[in-house]
Order: sequence, then C-alpha cells, then structure tokens
Amino acid sequence: MKKKHLPQDKSSLENFTREVIYVKNEDGKYETELSTGWETKTVALENAWDEINRRTEEAKQECLDGKISPIGYYLELRLMDLPVLAGYTGFFKWQIKRHMKPNVFAKLSDKKLQRYAEAFDITINELKNFNPS
Amino acid sequence: MSEYNHIQTAHCENGVTVSLLRQQGLEFINEPLAFGLGSGLFYIHIPFLKVNGGPAISFRSMPGSIFKRTCKTLNVKVERKKFSNKQAAEDFLDKQLDAGRTVGCQVGVFHLPYFPKEYRFHFNAHNLIVFGREGDNFLVSDPVMETTTSLTRAELEKVRFAKGALAPKGHIYFPKEAAPIITNEMINAGIIRGIKHTVRDMLYIPSNVTGIRGIKHTAKKVRKWRDQVGERQAGLFLGQIVRMQEEIGTGGGGFRFIYAAFLEEASERLGNDKLMGISEQFTKAGDLWRDSALQMAGIYKGRITAQKDFDHAADIMVEIAEAEKKALLDLSKLKLR
Repeated sequence: MKKKHLPQDKSSLENFTREVIYVKNEDGKYETELSTGWETKTVALENAWDEINRRTEEAKQECLDGKISPIGYYLELRLMDLPVLAGYTGFFKWQIKRHMKPNVFAKLSDKKLQRYAEAFDITINELKNFNPS
Repeated sequence: MSEYNHIQTAHCENGVTVSLLRQQGLEFINEPLAFGLGSGLFYIHIPFLKVNGGPAISFRSMPGSIFKRTCKTLNVKVERKKFSNKQAAEDFLDKQLDAGRTVGCQVGVFHLPYFPKEYRFHFNAHNLIVFGREGDNFLVSDPVMETTTSLTRAELEKVRFAKGALAPKGHIYFPKEAAPIITNEMINAGIIRGIKHTVRDMLYIPSNVTGIRGIKHTAKKVRKWRDQVGERQAGLFLGQIVRMQEEIGTGGGGFRFIYAAFLEEASERLGNDKLMGISEQFTKAGDLWRDSALQMAGIYKGRITAQKDFDHAADIMVEIAEAEKKALLDLSKLKLR
C-alpha cells in the first residue's frame, strides 16, 4: 500500500491511540505511518457489537420470561462463552449449563453465587434480583 | 531503573520483542526484522474452534513464537515462566522489576482498562511490557499504544490471569543474557534461517488448514456460508474474518506489508536484488488482502449479498493464495548466503 492511500477514517480508537501501518513512501521504500482507522474495519466491529447487543437483549427477554437464569444473561453481557465462564468461576461447563436453568439457579448457595458475581463483576444482589437496565 | 524508551509497533509481540532486545543493547533490531527473524508470517484456519459460531483464523505463527525464535536465532538467552499461583506470579514480577529488569507479559484484553471498550473481547494473546513500578502502580509500555500507560497491582493481576482460550497463566518472559557482540554474519544467517522457516510453514506443513492450502480452505467455506447459515449470519462471519485480518495487533494484510518491509531490509543486508522483487510480490499480496476485505465489507454492509458476491470474495482469496505461493516458491529457489 502506498502512503497516500492509507485510510484515515473514524474508528473507536479515537482519543485512545492510532495504529502503526507499514506503507510505501514516494521513493518506493517502506516506512511506518499512523492511521486513525479504516471504515471497512469500523463497520465490521460495529456489526459485531450489534450482534452482541442483539444476543444480550434476547437473553434478557428469556430471563424475564423465566426461560433461563440470570447467568445466561450476564454471560452474554460480558461477551463470555462457556469455556471462559468456566475458567473464571472454576465450575465445569455442564455445571454452568445446569445453573442456567431457573429452578436450579434458585437453589444455588450464596457461596456459589459469589463465584458467578465475581466473574461478572457484579454483586450477589444484582444476580439474585434480576433487574437489568 | 534505567531509562526506558517506548516504541510503538503494528503488532504487539513484534513490539515486545523489539523493545526487550533494544534494552539488551541490540540497537539494530526493528519490527520487520523481528517479524522476519521470528518467522511470524503464517496462516491457519483453526480447525474445530469456533468464535461466535464462525471461523477462527490467525495470520501469524503461534503466540510467543516470534519472541522465542528471534532470541534463539540471535543467541539471546531467555527466561520464561508461567504460574498456577497468583501470589507467586506477583512476587516474581516484583523481584524482576526491583532488580531493574524490563519484562514482557502475556495478558488478556477484556479487563485491560486503557483499551477502548469496543476492542475488549476475551482475547488472551496480547503482549505488553512492564518496565518499572512505583509502589503498587506498574509502568506499562503497550506496543500498540502511542504512549506508555500504567496499571494498578489489581488490574495487572487480573489481565495476567485472564481465563479462556490461550489463558496467559501469568506468563512472563524476558531476555536474560545477550551475546556481547552480535555480528552482521549472525544477523544475516538468522535472516536466511527465518526465510526458510516461513517457506516451510506456509508451503510444506502437511495439513489442509495451514499456509497456502489454509487460505484456499477458508475460500471454500466462504462460498458455502450463504447457503449454510443465511445471508445475515454469513455476513457476520465475513466481518469476523476482516476483524481477525485487519484489526489492531492481528493484521493479515498488515503482516504481508511488514514481511515485505523485512525482505526489503534483507535485500540490503544480503546484497541480493532478487529479494527486493519478492518484497514487491508480498506488497501486492498485502494489497490483495485489503481488496478482499473491501469485497467482504460490501457484503456485510448489505450492499451486495448475492451468491456471486460471496464467490467473488472467495476468488480474491484464491488469487491471494496463488500470489503468496509464487512469492514463497521464488524465495525457496533463491541461493541465499
């Protein structure tokens, strides 16, 4: 890519950093240049977030409808999947799957709930009294 | 604490390698050289692993390998450690810093407070440098940031013990001892070794998901997605490829440009003009990767979503595979010395 073709589009990196890109200068030699972003990537990232938000909303509704426990909602909210949550809580994946059932969740001890609360960066109360913003 | 000079690079592991080696007095090292000596150029469509139900692709060699290979080829002794115990990991880090050492750490980005929220996924193969501490405040040089930052003890512990795939487990590494003199012959021999390694990785690993065949493997999948999962989901998958390809610290197209810059430097150091021509071929491959991203963007923006548009994206990937294959074959035919 030639230096003059390097995009300087708006991206989420604004006010945080710019990225280093290797480009060819006028003499045909490589050098580095800073870029604020590339629209092609910005849209890909936006779409990914739209999808995350869609899934989170869906999980919220399922939780309000009593189909899944709040663990299923916070899992989506925190962009986790079963292996990641298993890593943070120390539970096995099959245990987490069970805990996602509302009737099993209702019987969980505070000690177990605490492990989830820590993994999600929330309080036990927020986990017990599901009232998402 | 010795003077620390922050260096920003395109890719985190290159950057950590460059900064740590310069701290050891290896003034000649720069990002393209580290990437080439460490044989960073690669492609793998990771089998059995799905991210959000979609493809997992990497455009570089295994995390940690660039640092490892570059140090090895330059005869730099390396210390590296992983921990099961958080306290032990903290104590070890404190000890190194208090002894005036600068160290590299593998971290997860989800809890990295200075990253924009939009970039904070559960990605655990990020690398940064800790170059000092003031009490419980750790001075951090993150190669993808323009300036240095800092992390509290709690914040640093959290990112060093992020969980999930490629969990860092407190992974810490640094050069222990460099040879007193690194001659140009050593560097040149390293360049040749690095090139051979890359040729082997990209052309001759007997697997359908790595190197040139890996790129074609992904192209084949791209053709099928629209039928298999529908337009919307297939578009998301393409967006995922573009993010893995171009996003900060991963750079697929970007890596090709870095490799081209490496070959440009190699051409000068070895006095071989043919390397310059092959550098040009990798520049073209990098440009093609960007064309491919543009085509995919047309699809995930919903502008063009017919099967022929998916086919066109796949066609560009096949073209890339052929272009890189030719460049690598040309590299393998060179009599370098």
